Amino acid sequence: MSVDYEALKKDRAQEWRENLRKSIPAKERTQVERVKMPENEPLKRNKNFNEVNKGLSEEQAIIEAKRCLDCPTPTCISGCPVNIDIPGFIKQIEKGDFLESAKVLKDTNALPAVCGRVCPQENQCELQCIYNKMKKPSVAIGHLERFASDYERNTGKISIPEVLKSNNIKIAVIGSGPSGLTFAGEMCKLGYEVTIFEALHEFGGVLVYGIPEFRLPKKIVRAEINSLEKMGVKFVKNFIVGRSAGLDELKDQGFQGFFVGSGAGLPRFMNVPGENLVNIYSSNEYLTRVNLMKAYKFPEYDTPIIKAKRVAVIGGGNTAMDSVRTAKRLGADRGAIIIYRRSEQEMPARIEEVHHAKEEGIEFLILTNPVEYIGDSEGKVKQIKVQKMELGKPDESGRRRPQPIPGSEYLIDIDIVVVGIGTSPNPLIPQTIKGIDVTRWGTLVVNEETMQTSIPYIFAGGDIVRGGATVILAMGDGTKAAESAHKYFINK
Amino acid sequence: MYKVIEKTILSENVAKLIIENKTIAKNRKPGQFVIIKMGEIGERIPLTIADADPEKGTITIIVQKVGTSSHKLFNLNAGDHISDLVGPLGQPTEVEKVGTVIAAGGGVGVAPLYPIAKAFKEAGNKLITILAARTKDLIILENEMKEFSDEFMIMTDDGSYGKKGLITAGIEEIINREKVDMVICLGPAIMMKFIALLTRKHNIHTIASLNTIMVDGTGMCGACRVTVGGKTKFVCVDGPEFNAHEVDFDEMLKRLNAYKKEEETSYSKYLKDLK
Ligand SMILES: Cc1cc2nc3c(=O)[nH]c(=O)nc-3n(C[C@H](O)[C@H](O)[C@H](O)COP(=O)(O)OP(=O)(O)OC[C@H]3O[C@@H](n4cnc5c(N)ncnc54)[C@H](O)[C@@H]3O)c2cc1C
Ligand SMILES: Cc1cc2nc3c(=O)[nH]c(=O)nc-3n(C[C@H](O)[C@H](O)[C@H](O)COP(=O)(O)OP(=O)(O)OC[C@H]3O[C@@H](n4cnc5c(N)ncnc54)[C@H](O)[C@@H]3O)c2cc1C
Ligand code: SF4
Ligand code: SF4
Ligand code: FES
Repeated sequence: MSVDYEALKKDRAQEWRENLRKSIPAKERTQVERVKMPENEPLKRNKNFNEVNKGLSEEQAIIEAKRCLDCPTPTCISGCPVNIDIPGFIKQIEKGDFLESAKVLKDTNALPAVCGRVCPQENQCELQCIYNKMKKPSVAIGHLERFASDYERNTGKISIPEVLKSNNIKIAVIGSGPSGLTFAGEMCKLGYEVTIFEALHEFGGVLVYGIPEFRLPKKIVRAEINSLEKMGVKFVKNFIVGRSAGLDELKDQGFQGFFVGSGAGLPRFMNVPGENLVNIYSSNEYLTRVNLMKAYKFPEYDTPIIKAKRVAVIGGGNTAMDSVRTAKRLGADRGAIIIYRRSEQEMPARIEEVHHAKEEGIEFLILTNPVEYIGDSEGKVKQIKVQKMELGKPDESGRRRPQPIPGSEYLIDIDIVVVGIGTSPNPLIPQTIKGIDVTRWGTLVVNEETMQTSIPYIFAGGDIVRGGATVILAMGDGTKAAESAHKYFINK
Repeated sequence: MYKVIEKTILSENVAKLIIENKTIAKNRKPGQFVIIKMGEIGERIPLTIADADPEKGTITIIVQKVGTSSHKLFNLNAGDHISDLVGPLGQPTEVEKVGTVIAAGGGVGVAPLYPIAKAFKEAGNKLITILAARTKDLIILENEMKEFSDEFMIMTDDGSYGKKGLITAGIEEIINREKVDMVICLGPAIMMKFIALLTRKHNIHTIASLNTIMVDGTGMCGACRVTVGGKTKFVCVDGPEFNAHEVDFDEMLKRLNAYKKEEETSYSKYLKDLK
């Protein structure tokens, strides 16, 4: 996607923006300290599932918005995969027009309340902010994004994007994760008749089954889905494309175009001896039980989860961090431990999450790897044999490759293990669509410009194309795919 | 929402439900199952599609109440609605003509055995059906299975009906009498374990349909994993049927007991709330 700098310039030249810019000298703006996100207290919040970040107050948001210099060439925008007009929405906040700010966000981002919470901002928009050049903390773009979209939702004045008259072209979206939702929204605006098919009994993909309530309350995802419904997107749950019905059957029903956003939902295990012992979970199972099935409310809810005092989570990504913080909240007060084979620098999890985890009393056992699980007479895991690691030469990923230190094995007593080392692409769609090109990692092959697969009327994006990536990249794919799908149907 | 069209009580703890679902009725094959969730607080439980009527757009399931969720399902009546129903899941049975086939079902394993046995009969095999249960009242689908079986036998642990003894005794009797080409077994894991031990001794190809604990049923969580032939398999997508001689039943038995305590808590709460 390319940024339309001309349009941005025009917006920036508006009188109110100019006046706002002049009202405070840049020097003064840069003296303001970056806002601190109000958080619930670590030792209280690690016992409940309420959201950790409380959100900025109106006063805080306006002050933070003043820090943004409204740069003539806003470098921040190039760091955002959906190219949000960042100064545009921030200046609306400074002006006090929060609803208008939310509208600017929605022009290019269908799920701003989600992204404001879970985007790795520190590596994206905020990394490109001019403040970094001044050796100062960047503008808190993510916090402000969250503020404006929360404001809109909380006042109930949600703007529904305009939708063109129906062109009677039926489009099926497979999977309701962020890529599918974004694609659906964009196509719907253009007048297509879009239906989303979802295998599970709730919509949102990882946003509802993976990312915990304390980071992303489910009511926010639901609100975003309601907006799409109001625009006219149809939602069909409990429907697995490739099983409930195949693509051919959907074609018979009149669907002419498809978007595959089926994600990377397959848990990976390490094939370590004892991995199938009782009380060893994949993080997908652990998080799905707790988030999607609400097992943390068992027995009020019917789905159980084992609550234990000592829990070890294997891995260093967002999934592992979410699992270990969940374990803590379920009562792991004798140890909620991350076991990670590289060092903390290499951890793929967001910095904010690692920081929050530490505050909440999570222990980190780095440069350590499980080599065997040992069970009791009932087949329940009781110990992990771990091995110490050291970092060798960098591997293909550029990170230094961990190597085992011989003879360094020792045992850790444990009640539950959660394996959170990552997921693989869901094989169902690649297997059931005849003739579609698949990489050796099981991801779908697409043209990176058009997100078109080897079958012209099938587009794809998100984790089924990228392997495990991020919400905002999945959404960027959805937007790109919609643009090119539209071109495809116009030229057809 | 999916409407319950008809309900029949088959025994004290077992009911047959006919449920509306056009898509599944049209596309399901023998051996496949569905996942049902009842209401906001409900859990997702797997149930075999015992039968389907593509014309009427209905599927049949047979449920035995063993805990909270199965009891909830058992208590539904014609006209009630099920909030979530997804399928068909799992690999269909590979039905082929092999010669003489024993279909051995224990307890509620008889329900999922029914469509598989029927399919094997229709494929031209000689079908010998053996149903087993602890006691007479727990035998289900007797007439339905008898109808298409070439030979039919009942075994009860206490001798209150049919022959007295374990199902393995019945199978062995037949193996000693005539050439058996294949055994299909479905029931409690412990029963399948002993059947597998027996038929391995006689070198008879044996298929077991596994009923592990599941959550999503789509390959996403790994709750249903078992070791088969030394490799980890997901029952919901790789199965539910496997070569019984390769299944690590001891591991499976332990994994089935993972939530024993929680299940008891949940069920006693449910029974109390019912009153
Ligand atoms: C625990 C966890 C924490 C994470 N934290 C972050 C974070 O903080 N920030 C961030 O940016 N990213 C995070 N990620 C990554 C991010 O969530 C994913 O990259 C993103 O959700 C991928 O989106 P997607 O559109 O590809 O689909 P997904 O969200 O993976 O959803 C795919 C959907 O498709 C459905 N589906 C699959 N097959 C079929 C079928 N055949 N028929 C119908 N439906 C089907 C699935 O049930 C699922 O609902 C996290 C991931 C996990 C697991
Ligand atoms: C592929 C498959 C097909 C199935 N088909 C049928 C069917 O056609 N009819 C039917 O009545 N049941 C069937 N089951 C079993 C059914 O899913 C369980 O009985 C049900 O999930 C129990 O839930 P509950 O809350 O009622 O009992 P819980 O309180 O959860 O469990 C009670 C007891 O039942 C046992 N149990 C728990 N989960 C399972 C399970 N998944 N399988 C077997 N035993 C279990 C445990 O030993 C437990 O102690 C099938 C299971 C699978 C995996
Ligand atoms: S969507 Fe993400 S990357 Fe884009 S501006 Fe918002 S927080 Fe930054
Ligand atoms: S780079 Fe930073 S200061 Fe400049 S417009 Fe973007 S957010 Fe504002
Ligand atoms: S039930 Fe989740 S993977 Fe099989």
